[in-house]
Amino acid sequence: MLMPLWTDMAFFILIIGGLYLGWRSSKREHLRRPWKRVFKDTVGVVSLTVLLVFILIGLLDSIRFQQVTNTQSSQQDVISLLDVVLTPMRTQVEKTYSAPFSHTAYAKEMGVDKEGVAKRIYPRLKYGAAHLNNPVTDKFADILKKLMAGTGFSLLVWLGLMFILWGFNKRSFKFVRSKGTKSFLFTLLGVLMIVGAIASLSPFYHVLGTDKVGEDVLYQAIKSIRTGLVIGSLTTIVMLPIAISLGLMAGFFRGWVDDIIQYLYTTLSSIPGVLLIAAAILMAQVYMANNPELFTTVEDRADMRLLLLCIILGITSWTGLCRLLRAETLKIREMDYVLAARALGVGPIKILKRHVLPNVMHLVMITIALDFSGLVLAEAVLSYINIGVDPSTYSWGNMINTSRLEMAREPIVWWSLLAAFSFMFVLVLAANLFADSVRDAFDPRSNT
Amino acid sequence: MINYIIRRLLYVIPVLIGVNILTFILFFVVNSPDDMARMQLGDKHVTQASIDNWKQQRGYDLPLLWNEESEGLSKASNTIFFTKSVGLFVFDLGISDNGRDIASDIGQRMWPSLAIAIPSLIIGVLVNITFSLLLIFYRGSFLEFAGVFFCIALMSISGLFYIIVGQLFVGKMLSLTPISGYVPGIDAIKFIILPVLIGVVSGLGSGVRWYRSLFLEESAKDYVRTAKAKGLSDLQVLFKHVLKNAMIPILTGIVVILPLLFMGSLITESFFGIPGLGSYTIDAITSQDFAIVRSMVFLGSFLYIIGLLLTDISYTLVDPRVRLD
Repeated sequence: MLMPLWTDMAFFILIIGGLYLGWRSSKREHLRRPWKRVFKDTVGVVSLTVLLVFILIGLLDSIRFQQVTNTQSSQQDVISLLDVVLTPMRTQVEKTYSAPFSHTAYAKEMGVDKEGVAKRIYPRLKYGAAHLNNPVTDKFADILKKLMAGTGFSLLVWLGLMFILWGFNKRSFKFVRSKGTKSFLFTLLGVLMIVGAIASLSPFYHVLGTDKVGEDVLYQAIKSIRTGLVIGSLTTIVMLPIAISLGLMAGFFRGWVDDIIQYLYTTLSSIPGVLLIAAAILMAQVYMANNPELFTTVEDRADMRLLLLCIILGITSWTGLCRLLRAETLKIREMDYVLAARALGVGPIKILKRHVLPNVMHLVMITIALDFSGLVLAEAVLSYINIGVDPSTYSWGNMINTSRLEMAREPIVWWSLLAAFSFMFVLVLAANLFADSVRDAFDPRSNT
Repeated sequence: MINYIIRRLLYVIPVLIGVNILTFILFFVVNSPDDMARMQLGDKHVTQASIDNWKQQRGYDLPLLWNEESEGLSKASNTIFFTKSVGLFVFDLGISDNGRDIASDIGQRMWPSLAIAIPSLIIGVLVNITFSLLLIFYRGSFLEFAGVFFCIALMSISGLFYIIVGQLFVGKMLSLTPISGYVPGIDAIKFIILPVLIGVVSGLGSGVRWYRSLFLEESAKDYVRTAKAKGLSDLQVLFKHVLKNAMIPILTGIVVILPLLFMGSLITESFFGIPGLGSYTIDAITSQDFAIVRSMVFLGSFLYIIGLLLTDISYTLVDPRVRLD
């Protein structure tokens, strides 16, 4: 049985909307040309491929259903398709911290050593490297062997794919040799190899170690992808209609409409965003505490809070784009074609829709791409001051926040931080590079 | 010009009223005066009488926005909102809910915030301009491509990463500077170095890119081509023409943020345990001290609008073509 959450549905609608927009713009020459430029740019294609992989993981994580458990009817977990894929990682839970690829726990415990004497030793992990009898000597070779097997398998799959492509395109193999397709295929090879390596290693090792309650850190980091994507994309969807409608209206109608809208965004942007977000999150918590019957599960509550965070971030972040669009509309409304339309008796709404909006779309596109990365980074900071996502949600901010307290330990528990920061880095870097490529393609000044 | 400034200053008033109403609503939708009293009195077993007493003393025993019991105009004025807001407009910040004078607290906490914000700004701008000039100078070469990519990579790293790694390596492993804390006076330097360094590094990526785009735009202009055609060397063109003209957007960009330097940085200050205005605000939010939150938001929005005004004025000063009306 499918059990979608609110953010899941919003995420699906978003992707369908994105596909629709893509299909629409493929029919229009003035939109198709810049996209073609993006697809020819190596950096653009590579970053888009990486983004698509992240989106695919987010999608898999958004398809939820009730797990059928035979043993206990009371214990019915709602899991996502991604959880099924990551099953060994998800279920192999240790007692507490362990380092990446470690075969022993992080802390010493009372135990019995080889000679049968009771003393404090590092106990073996329940799952990590449990298949090895003599991990100290065999581990390195075993890891290398599994790594080779995983990447080798991926390489074979990729070669097979290439063969199929070649079979289909025997005559026009040129398509595969074009710059954009080539960079796509090689990025795909890289992604496949990483996936293959993880798939062959993770049933036997904790590739990025385990956290305080023994959960696999890699699993947490992968689960956090969805949260990052939801925050980055849903917020934009909340902010876009406000920014576009108010910005265009302020610039086009001038007069008192302009005054009111300018007043609105000056007021809103002069209040520190942290205060707005903190107030909204506290409000939500009070509301949830007073209406426990509306939220049956922990996931429902966490999801509601995530959705609310997106909405409040959207409300605080529309001012920048609005200001930009107002200034641009002020310029466009004086153009000859707008004057002509007006002289012919076209109504203001129609002028805005047909003549102004298409001419500011490049600004909107660039802002979406740039804002996305900023929002993913902001989530981590907000979680640090406890006004971000719910503590039970998987997110990079929460991972950083919980492991921050472990910095004082000796030796340092670094793997949670490393995992969260590097996943965040890859996603944000891909988004930033893609944004750059999109900007270059859409910026009218660079089209010469 | 004078007319324009006066009009803009008058425009501050409705914005500040709006900000005040918003802050008020946001705060009191979440907390009731009773909650605040309980939080401040700190005891779980406080009596209703002591709560009432606290509210009476602090003036929170009135209705929030609308007083039904009063007559005429005082229906609106005899409320928490009105009595608490009026003082702000003459910059009488009053006394915080835990009984301290807010104005003197701010006067005291302003200096640590400034001690970090000003060096970060100056060093940051100098470093950013130097690097972006280098990128422009080596335009079209592999060095520029690598530099731009490096900037994007720096931008993509979370600010928390810089802070945590900086504290870990410089503070804990190398023991060059204290991890956090602050002392007033000349000894403050050793506490300031790390936050300033981290501030500069974390702003490097976006800063260099921003200045680079300014310089690029400037060097595409006709007078640059003329200067080159006349036989000036690249270096001469860069320093004598491009840099000088690009100073206009650079300076106006800095002027916007100047007033806000007072407010300090929320994240940096709370990470490094610096008793500045940023941590003051965060502490006030967590301890539900409405008087401080209100004053800080008021001050922040006031400074923000002053910053916008200063930018407009500085445009006319550096660029005579711009006219304000």
